[in-house]
Amino acid sequence: MSVVNELMSATDPVAVIADAVRSKKVTALEVTEAYLARIAEHDGKLGCYYRVDQDGARALARNIDEKIARGEDPGLLAGVPIGVKDLLVTSGVETTAGSKILAGWIPPYDGTVVAKLKVAGAVLLGKLSMDEFAMGSSNETSAFGNVKNPWDVARVPGGSSGGSAASVAAGLCAASIGTDTGGSIRQPASLTGTIGIKPTYGRVSRYGVIAFASSLDQVGPFARSASDAALVLRAISGHDPHDSTSLPQSVPDWSSESSDPRGLRIGVPAEYFDHLDASIAAPVNAALKTLEAAGATLVPVKLPHTRYGVAAYYIVATAECSSNLARYDGIRYGLRVPADSLAAMYKKTRAAGFGPEVKRRIMLGTYALRSGYYDAYYRKAQQVRTLVKRDFDEAFRHCDVIAGPTSPQVAFKLGEKTADPLSMYLSDIYTIPCNLAGLPGMSIPCGFARPKDGGPELPVGLQLLAAPLAEGQIFRAARALQQRTDFHTRRPPEFA
Amino acid sequence: MRITTDEVRATAELARLELTQEEIGSLERDLSAILAYMTDLSELDTTGVEPMTHAVPLFVRLREDVLGPQLDVATALADAPRSEGSFFEVPKIIEVSE
Amino acid sequence: MSITAKERAEFEAVIGLECHVQLQTTTKAFTSASAAFGGAPNSHVDPYTLALPGTLPVLSRAAVECALKIGLATSCTIRRVSRFARKHYFYPDLPKGYQISQFDEPLCEGGTVEFPMPCKPGEKPELRSVRLTRIHMEEDAGKNTHVVGTPYSLVDYNRAGVPLVEIVSEPDIRSSAEAVAYLRAIRQIVRYLGISDGNMDEGSLRADANVSVRPVGQAEYGTKAELKNMNSFKNIEAAIEYEIVRQIEQIKRGERVVQESRLWNVEKGISIAMRSKEEAHDYRYFPEPDLPPLSVDDAWIEDVQRALPELPVAKRRRYVEVLGLSEYDAAVLTADQAIATYFEAAHHDGAPPKLVANWLASELLGRLNKDEKTIEQSPISASALAGLTKLVDDKTISGKMAKGVFDTMWATGKSAKQIVDEEGLVQVTDSTAIEAACKAAVDANPKQADAYRAGKTTMLGFFVGQVMKATQGKANPELVNEILKSLLGG
Repeated sequence: MSVVNELMSATDPVAVIADAVRSKKVTALEVTEAYLARIAEHDGKLGCYYRVDQDGARALARNIDEKIARGEDPGLLAGVPIGVKDLLVTSGVETTAGSKILAGWIPPYDGTVVAKLKVAGAVLLGKLSMDEFAMGSSNETSAFGNVKNPWDVARVPGGSSGGSAASVAAGLCAASIGTDTGGSIRQPASLTGTIGIKPTYGRVSRYGVIAFASSLDQVGPFARSASDAALVLRAISGHDPHDSTSLPQSVPDWSSESSDPRGLRIGVPAEYFDHLDASIAAPVNAALKTLEAAGATLVPVKLPHTRYGVAAYYIVATAECSSNLARYDGIRYGLRVPADSLAAMYKKTRAAGFGPEVKRRIMLGTYALRSGYYDAYYRKAQQVRTLVKRDFDEAFRHCDVIAGPTSPQVAFKLGEKTADPLSMYLSDIYTIPCNLAGLPGMSIPCGFARPKDGGPELPVGLQLLAAPLAEGQIFRAARALQQRTDFHTRRPPEFA
Repeated sequence: MRITTDEVRATAELARLELTQEEIGSLERDLSAILAYMTDLSELDTTGVEPMTHAVPLFVRLREDVLGPQLDVATALADAPRSEGSFFEVPKIIEVSE
Repeated sequence: MSITAKERAEFEAVIGLECHVQLQTTTKAFTSASAAFGGAPNSHVDPYTLALPGTLPVLSRAAVECALKIGLATSCTIRRVSRFARKHYFYPDLPKGYQISQFDEPLCEGGTVEFPMPCKPGEKPELRSVRLTRIHMEEDAGKNTHVVGTPYSLVDYNRAGVPLVEIVSEPDIRSSAEAVAYLRAIRQIVRYLGISDGNMDEGSLRADANVSVRPVGQAEYGTKAELKNMNSFKNIEAAIEYEIVRQIEQIKRGERVVQESRLWNVEKGISIAMRSKEEAHDYRYFPEPDLPPLSVDDAWIEDVQRALPELPVAKRRRYVEVLGLSEYDAAVLTADQAIATYFEAAHHDGAPPKLVANWLASELLGRLNKDEKTIEQSPISASALAGLTKLVDDKTISGKMAKGVFDTMWATGKSAKQIVDEEGLVQVTDSTAIEAACKAAVDANPKQADAYRAGKTTMLGFFVGQVMKATQGKANPELVNEILKSLLGG
């Protein structure tokens, strides 16, 4: 096995690649070429990448190698190949948000996360597939093709950051960037056996992240290990004057924090286990037992407003999306369907440019904001949001993290849920409250379950939530679990 | 909670979406089901509960009045579906009826 | 379209104004692109201005400060925490499909604007006071150009995002003339504050009017129409006048006034109802999630308050009460801050206030106006005018002589003193010399003297003229009058 292959198949490729590049064991270009080759070989089966920016990636890699040759600091993520969800704006590289309405758009600027990744020395491999405008839980609303789950290509990788999750699971990048509005990092992480963290709202800048629901959207990394996730998150976090909702707090070095679970109080909310399928409950409970055995304390907590989260979320998220997507009008960029009148041009352009799920949400959000409906829907939902937040505030008086399942199910088959949007929405029940309250949340592999409809065993994720800015507690629990289990080291057999 | 065909049409008009007859039908069905589910919220008493409009409690930071980078006209127009000279071009805007 | 004066008098108009003022900042309200007027189309744009995906608003401190100034200058209550909201509608000049504005928690609430109604010289202007509902911050839209004879329109986003305040009045205004006077007062205040140039022709000051009529004595308001697209004081006055008459006519015909928006057509001098479909706005306001609430603390408010200049109302009062000017002169001199500054500089140089006010109002402003010059471009500086008035005041020269000196000052830029010295223009106040001249005039014109004595007292002017001619205008007119009267009085 070559040095590069060894690095790529490591449990913590981000850390080992950055280290090897910095210490000149390998060049950034060698690593980049190896990943480009791997993408060329495997991505046809998965469809993770909308576009691979070979020239851009090589240029960035050469730049890192030159910096190292000159003795300069190549950055925290020196030469680490990273894939980026196509919701993030990349200067000079087509950015579509998975939508026909933006097909062909070449942005004239880099968003903050992308700029920070470049400053940190990362090599950006290309743009990853996603649900259209991040609206979906299966990656099936993408206008440019599905992503398959590397564990079973007949199944979805989850969504909306499906490409980001599957590419890490299949080793088509060392780590990736996704976004999470109602679970779009954690749910696909759970379904693909990867680690995904959505930080505290405001921890990572949203400047250059195509907006879905502004008060809920956050950017975060996918990685194979908690320590890799911590490294990437550190590189992209921090206050940004371009984002007025960006938090001023400084960014801790999570990778150097304790992984000692002794004394860690883990809140277990009964509401997250009601009606939970036994095949999911078993690995989740086993993970909790493992942490308890290592010295953590399990504390029962109550989150009584959990059941209202989905309804509140889909009002807030769709209202904001109906507003955020008003700019796609066929005038300054993106698709235009020619028409004689302005009104017809708007309507035809938006009808042709948006897919069914996006239209459904624009309609729902527009309806909820109509005059006379605002109080009953939008205002009510924002009040419920306050109640959900209060539940968490109370719970975190008694615990350091809250643990439970990420998703009520393992990966489902492509096409299985597309006909019933409400059942798709309801599968976000455990991930949504975290976004409503602005909390950090992670999904970490905790076992496997055999799906009811047959096929190979599929990954199950444990969700860890913490109080605002307490990502450190999540990393502590995650590292403690990874030191005692090997689920995160397992690879989908076809892409080992 | 049922949404009527007329409400679907009026909402689509506000959202500037041209819908086919079939889309109107399926939206009527889907939105009715989703809105019915959302009426669960009405069972919660939220009297006196402050709405949460932001995920984190912050006040806005103010920017100093200093000129920043701008796009040159060619870049600004580069992705426009139609432009004319240094303008964006749109179908004629008709404002009034006699 | 016509109604009789009697019919007109049976009704009272009720008018409220929504006035948009563009704030003079370097950068736009929510991004650092240039807020300057003009420029090549689409040259003052950045990714945010074009609403490129992924861009976010960042509020300008300068824009907030301008809004605080106008709020405090009109005695508004400043909200310590205010919020921004999105107002949605589709239009090509609105790049995001929504405008960032303020809705239920605006920065400024309450407040009043006080102003004098225009009147004839010498009359005492009537003072009016209009209450303000609110002043809120928002961003401007771009500009659509309709190209005649083509099937398309053109869009320029230079203006998109320029900071605005919207000043919303209560329906306290009762006539088109009062509406214009109110708007002039707003323009005057924003110019005093230096937060806007208030130019209507460049669109830095724009107004929409809500107009309704009701029978005199009725307490309830009638149905209002919203008038838009009026870009000059003249158009505003004409459009409101047209609307009042239109509504009275409609009521007289037994029809109902419809709540609608109407566009003023300058060429035709009529207003046209906007298409009801376009009218069906539902702005779907909701709190702007990209902008946390704006917090304004007491210290900031106090700083702004302390730095406010003396405003027109206070200035007028001071001119009348302290400097003894007439209400009319005070209103004329404070109408434009530059004129007030000029006046105060002259006064500061020792000129008697009433005298300098007269010279300014009756001579200088007219002359400047004729030559299309601003007061800043005046060939006669404030201290030069002060010099002239001082010579009149200490009777070195007469008022009549001063007019000639003024002309020379205007033409040559010389000081009054210099001109007086060069031309030997010293008023003759020696009564023997004047008496001799008067006697000579009376003796030389016996017919006229008889006529005067027979009761034709207007003949006095003839003799004054003769004496002045003989003394080359140097005789003190008061003395001349006095002596002539005693000589002729017989």
